[in-house]
Order: sequence, then C-alpha cells, then structure tokens
Amino acid sequence: MAQAAIELIGINKSFGAVRANRDINLEVARGTIHGIVGENGAGKSTLMSILYGFYQADSGEIRVGGKPVSIHTSNDAIALGIGMVHQHFMLVDNFTVLENVILGAESDALLKSSITKARSELDRLEREYGLEVDPDAVIEELPVGLQQRVEILKALYRGAEILILDEPTGVLTPAEADHLFRILKQLKDQGKTIVLITHKLREIMAITDTVSVMRQGTMVATRTTKETTVGELAELMVGRRVLLRVEKGQSEAGAVKLSVKNLTVKDQRGVTMVDNVSFDVRGGEIVGIAGVAGNGQSELLEAISGIRHAVSGEVMLDGKPIDLTGKADPGELRDRGLAHVPEDRHHVGLVLAFEENENSILGYHDDERYLKGPFLDVDAIMADAKDKIEKYDIRPANPRLKTANFSGGNQQKIVLAREMEQDPGVLIVGQPTRGVDVGAIEFIHKRLIAMRDQGKAVLVVSVELDEIRSLSDRILVMFAGRVVGERGPEATEGELGLLMAGVEHQEAAE
Amino acid sequence: MSTPYAKLPAWADYGLIPLINLSVAFIVAGFVVMLVGENPFRAAVILVEGAFGRGTGIAFTLFYATTFIFTGLSVAVAAHCSLFNIGTEGQAYIGGLGIALVCLSLDSVMPWWVIFPIAIVAAAAFGALWGLIPAYLQAKRGSHIVITTIMFNFIAASVMVYLLVGALKPAGSQAPQTRNFLAGAELPKLNWVIELFGAKIRSAPLNICFLLALVMAFLVWLLIWRTRLGYEMRTYGHSPKAARYAGISETRIIITAMMISGALAGMMALNPVMGDQHNVAIDFVSGAGYVGIAVALMGRLHPVGIVLAAILFGMLYQGGAELAFEMPAISRDMIVIIQGLVILFAGALEHMFRPYIQALFASVSPKSVGMQAVKGTGA
Repeated sequence: MAQAAIELIGINKSFGAVRANRDINLEVARGTIHGIVGENGAGKSTLMSILYGFYQADSGEIRVGGKPVSIHTSNDAIALGIGMVHQHFMLVDNFTVLENVILGAESDALLKSSITKARSELDRLEREYGLEVDPDAVIEELPVGLQQRVEILKALYRGAEILILDEPTGVLTPAEADHLFRILKQLKDQGKTIVLITHKLREIMAITDTVSVMRQGTMVATRTTKETTVGELAELMVGRRVLLRVEKGQSEAGAVKLSVKNLTVKDQRGVTMVDNVSFDVRGGEIVGIAGVAGNGQSELLEAISGIRHAVSGEVMLDGKPIDLTGKADPGELRDRGLAHVPEDRHHVGLVLAFEENENSILGYHDDERYLKGPFLDVDAIMADAKDKIEKYDIRPANPRLKTANFSGGNQQKIVLAREMEQDPGVLIVGQPTRGVDVGAIEFIHKRLIAMRDQGKAVLVVSVELDEIRSLSDRILVMFAGRVVGERGPEATEGELGLLMAGVEHQEAAE
Repeated sequence: MSTPYAKLPAWADYGLIPLINLSVAFIVAGFVVMLVGENPFRAAVILVEGAFGRGTGIAFTLFYATTFIFTGLSVAVAAHCSLFNIGTEGQAYIGGLGIALVCLSLDSVMPWWVIFPIAIVAAAAFGALWGLIPAYLQAKRGSHIVITTIMFNFIAASVMVYLLVGALKPAGSQAPQTRNFLAGAELPKLNWVIELFGAKIRSAPLNICFLLALVMAFLVWLLIWRTRLGYEMRTYGHSPKAARYAGISETRIIITAMMISGALAGMMALNPVMGDQHNVAIDFVSGAGYVGIAVALMGRLHPVGIVLAAILFGMLYQGGAELAFEMPAISRDMIVIIQGLVILFAGALEHMFRPYIQALFASVSPKSVGMQAVKGTGA
C-alpha cells in the first residue's frame, strides 16, 4: 500500500454554531489523484483551507508524510510542500508570468537574482511537465487556461509535492480542461500528489484514482473511482436518488416571441462584445446559448433586458421593438412580459442584505399588487412571498430571513419564483444553476421545461455544456461575440466544444 | 457557509454590543482623565450629573439631542442610498438662511404657530436645494458626493458670512448676525414638561423642535422601511446593479435621497435659530453636521438608534460643559477626546467584540443564535 501523503484525523471546525467540518478523516495516498466532491456548503473548501493554513481546526490532527504537523499560515503549508490553486486566481494582472511566480518568494532585496533563478527553474518545470507559458507575457493578456497554468507553476516553483486544486475547470473550455487533465496526469506520474475539489462528477470519473464524498460537513464515503459510478456519487452527495438528466417531451414551437437582429454591443472600454448577432426564440421552445464565459453572452442578455446600451441592431418582443439605447426602463420590459433571471444573482438578481420577502418583489415593486399608495403593502408582500416559498420549496421557509443566509440553490429559487410567477411571455435566464447544488438543479430544470410546455419562449445562457444539452431544443454557440453555429440537442459535446473554442469559426474565416 | 458567524438575538445585537462598546470607550476615557491627574470616577459623576442630574441639565441635554437627531437622520437617509452626505453641516447652515428670510419678513405680522410651518418648509427647501447640486453632479457627472458636499460646506459658510456681514445685518450693528426676531418667531419652550416631573429649571432652550425631531424620526422610519421610495433607495444603496436591473433610475433616486437628506439637515436649524437664539448668527451650526455622521453610524442608521445616540451625544455636550467648568484640568478639548473615543469604539471598532460575543452565545445556546442543529436541508 502506498504511503499516505496527507492524513487528516478527526478534524472539527465550527463557525459560531455552524459545524462546517465534523470528525473528518481523510487519507490521500502519495502519487495519486484524489477527488473530493460535495454540494456547495458541504465543507470541502473549509477542509482544504484548514490544510492550507487559512483556518485552524478546532480539534483533530493533520499528518503530512506520516508526521504530525501544525499549519498556522499558508507559509507553513508551503514549507511542508503543499501548494494550492485557487478557484479565483491569485495573480497580479499587470505583472508578467515571471514576476507573479516569484511574488512572495523573492530571495533578495534586489529582484535580479530571483528573476534569473526563476527563469531557469521555470524552464525546467516547463520541460518536465509540459507547462509551456511565455515567462515574459503579461497575465492580463493570457487566456484563463494559461493563467491557471501560471498558478500551478507558482505552486511547483515553491516546491509543492502536494497540489490542491479548487474547482479548476469552472472557467475552462472543454479542450483547456482536457489539457489541464493531461498536465495533472503527468504531475502524478512524476510522483506528485493531487487533491481535486470539484462538483463535476464526470471530471472525477475521468481523472481521479480515489474519490471522497462530503455532505453537510461530514465525510460520507471514500471510493476507488474505478469501482463507483456517477449515479452512486450523486446519490451520496445529495443523500437521495437524483435525476441527472431531466426528462422532457418534444417541443411544440409556436410564434416568434423574441427576435434579435444584427445586434452589436460594446463594453465600457469600447470593445465589441456582441458582434452582429441574430436569432429568434419561439414560444414553446428553449434556446440555449453555449460558450466559454466572457464571449459576449452576458452582454447579450443585458442588452436584451434593457440594462445595457446596444450600438446597433434590433430586438423585437412580441413583434414590437425594444429600446436599445440603454435608457429603456427594465421595469417597462417587465410589464411587456419579459422576465430576466440574471447571471449574477448576488449583485444583480438579489439584494443579499434584504429579507427574502423584499427580494421577492424586486423589479415588481411598483406593481400595484404590492402597494397602497406610496406605501408598501407589507401584508400582501408577505402573503405573496409565503406563496412562492411553498410553490418553489424554498428552504428555510422563512420570508423574514436575510437572503444572504439562504444557500445558493435556494437563492436561485427565490429569483426564479419571482420571475416565473409573473407569468411572462419570454423568460431569459443566465447561468440557471451556477453555484447551485445537485438537488436544486433538477428542480430548476424541471421548472424551465414546464415554462416551455406552457408555450413560453425561454432563452438560456450557460457555460455548463451538460445543462445546455439537457435543456435546449436548439443550441447556439457563441465565440468572440458571434454566434458561430447552431445545432440540435443531439449535438455531441466534442462538436460543441470545437465551436466554443472557435475552431470551426477560424477555419471558416481562413 | 456564507455566514461565518451566526447572528445574535436582537437584544444582544442592539443592546448588549453597543453597551459593551460604550463601556470600553468610557474606560479608556477614564485613563485619559487619570493621565491629566484627575479622578475619573468623580469626572464620570460630574458628567452624568451635569447632563441628567438637574432639570436644567436634562433640558440642555435634550436640546442638543434635538439638533443631533436632525443631522443624524439626514446622514442616515443618504446612507441608506449609499451616499455619504458630509454636507449636512452646510445644508443646515443654508437651512438657517431660509428660516431667517421667513422670520425676518413675517415675525411682526404673524404668531409663531403660523410662522413655524412656513419656516419648516423654508428650512427644508433651502437645505434640500443645497443637497440637490452635489446630487445632480454625482448622478449626471460622476463627481463624488463626498468631495462635492465637503466643498459645498465651505461655499455655504462663505455665502452665509457674506450675507451676515452684509444684507442680513441690521444697519449700524457690529455683530455678524441678523437682528433678533420678534416674539412671533420664537418657539414655545418645553421646559414645563420636565417641570411636571418636579424638576426645577432656570432657563434652558429645550423647545418644541424636540417633538418635531421625534416626528421626523418616525417619518424617516416610515419612508425607509414602508414606502416604495425607501425600498428603491435601499435597493440602490445595497447594490446599484440590482437597482438598474429592477428598473430604478439612478439619477432620480440619488437626487431624491439627497434632497430628503438636505431637507432634514436644513430643519436642524429650526432648533437653535427659532428655539434658542432668535437670530441667525455666524457659525451657528458649529459642527453639529459632523456629529450627525457619528450619531447616524452609532445609531446603525435606524431612527430609534439615532434618537438614542443623539441623546448620548447631547449628554456628552451638556455634561462635558459642566465637566470643563468643574475640573479646570479638563479642557473642552478633553471633552472632544472623550467624544472621539465614543465614536471610535461605537462606530469604527463596532465589530471588535462581536465575534467573541457571538462565539459565547453559540457555545452557551445554539438555539439563541437561530441555528437549528446542523442537519440543514441541502437544496
């Protein structure tokens, strides 16, 4: 049996009354890839933060290479050969790769010697692990896939033998993710130990040797990856059987409800984010827009919903044009039957500091149902909120609770309940299940399909290919602001992945 | 895991924590008093007795508190819309100009109960207009409201000096102030209310503006938590993006909030001008606008908290004056230090003791912090 690289024994950690980790035992064998899966809030990140010295465990023991250790800061962790690649990169955007790598590991008051040393060291690492990056490139000019590689280089440069990756593929195209996995396998072959935190079960199946499942702060199971299935892992995560793909019938597309013609949108810096995009959404169909984050999907949704100014083009709602000057009142579009579930529910779709019932009227607060003259009709709002809580199974069922205290899935349900219950003709949804746990994903997907079956036009933007494929009746792929292809729901992941990476588009352009 | 610390029961949140913060502030202030060679316990007794010991003291404390309620509410209304209105000082000063114009022209022909409502409207309107310009610049030009309101305080001061040594000064007078108002512009005192409780009052400026301040506190509560406008202000205050999404006009909400804030600031001038001095003199606001910032923060932007914080600061003003009188080693500047400590611990360091108290509550009784035993409900 391989020697354990990391052993966690009886780890407990509470935040106030919340027990984030309860009696966690974990053993990661040297030279393996160990996956940790669990829903949001299951305690994965807390556990890894304890290992990396961000938090101290209330009780329990950590052993690295068989020896008990105490890790108080990330420097302790680095000294023990533990490196971490965070979900949100910790890079200085306007520094070069080289400068980022030596940041915090400068050996001298003058940088020259560190830079010379780092340059040769990087060269070696690149050759050894296939981690090619131009050391003099500026971070902000690199695609995210390469930025992530810099994070890995940083950890290796500091002598990491154990590498923790937190949700590493969230921002990557399928091709970039594949490349990352090849790198991880290579690292493993060189004897490094890798801990992979994710909620994507397919990645676990593809790359890990062993997998541990966390639920509500406890470690519920550890399996050898070869001997388990996606279904079993999902069930362990949620604690009950889960439908991974929602059943849906044939769509019956009706009249065009939303029509976008030659829409062009620029961002604040004047960069064209949406480039001459045209498509229709009919009643009774779900149109999915696939693409890697940052290819213009956000701007497209904002322009259609009247939040962002469009440079040119035409958007018709039920045959009547929408004002695209950015001065359009999103409230007026709501009155015309356009409901919008925004991508960023934390800052746009919800006010986290509000009570649940206050958020359940956001955007509809000028509706006379909720008003008595200039005053809010508190009773009506409360009754309405309770009604939605019941219909959408929002938990905890307390309309007075602060919205920030709901889980991601329940927050998303609050937004969905608000927008769907207005009975809109057109529903546009950005990232319907981002940061939402498996159980709630199923619920949200069913609701979206129910909307479709009622004859509504539904436009969904998501970076999750599985979601797009499972929901959509038609799939549009965006790359660099353009719609580069339209496919049916039967399109393979590989086919969509190529489109998302702009391969076909570039070939067509040549 | 979005809330690393569980929440506290309301009484601890709004009662216990401010009390602890306040106690620490006074303990540290006690050391300062010791440092200048006085007995801190005697100083504390003089301070509290000066503020609440006798009827006159109470009346003065509440008179100062009235001023701070207005400025505190003013700052709070803007803050709910995430606008840091530092211009309360200037808006109050200009509000005084509105009152002066009303009183000087009407005091010979009308009784106080006719002039008072007109003066309220004038004070509010002048204060609101002084808030409108920075608000417009913020909404349309992106000029930061903190910078512009500070500058407008200086402009207000200059304008008032110009008028008080010129147009508003009676001919032949040496003092930079308006003539004294006639009886028609003098507000009734409230001292008799305190005398009902058996206390004796020599002469104190407490007047019906105190009641007006309490009414405004209630109306501000109504505005912020019970009206559509308040809902829109809070939405914008927490998240401008969410406001945009909800169809709330940024320009309209910034301008409306700042005008309401300015109006409340302007109304502050009623208290010293019509209730006490019966004229408008140079620098009559004397920093009350800035104290309003501390009052609003300490009162956690809630009208009830603001009224209580205003009374606390009224106490520090009145008791501090007595203290400076009784203990020669303690100058007025020392009082400012004590006030500063209160602001430091109750405002800036408000969260210093919170984690410990939360941990304490959580360990003693998990239920009290609103957590069911960890068996949460996944989705």
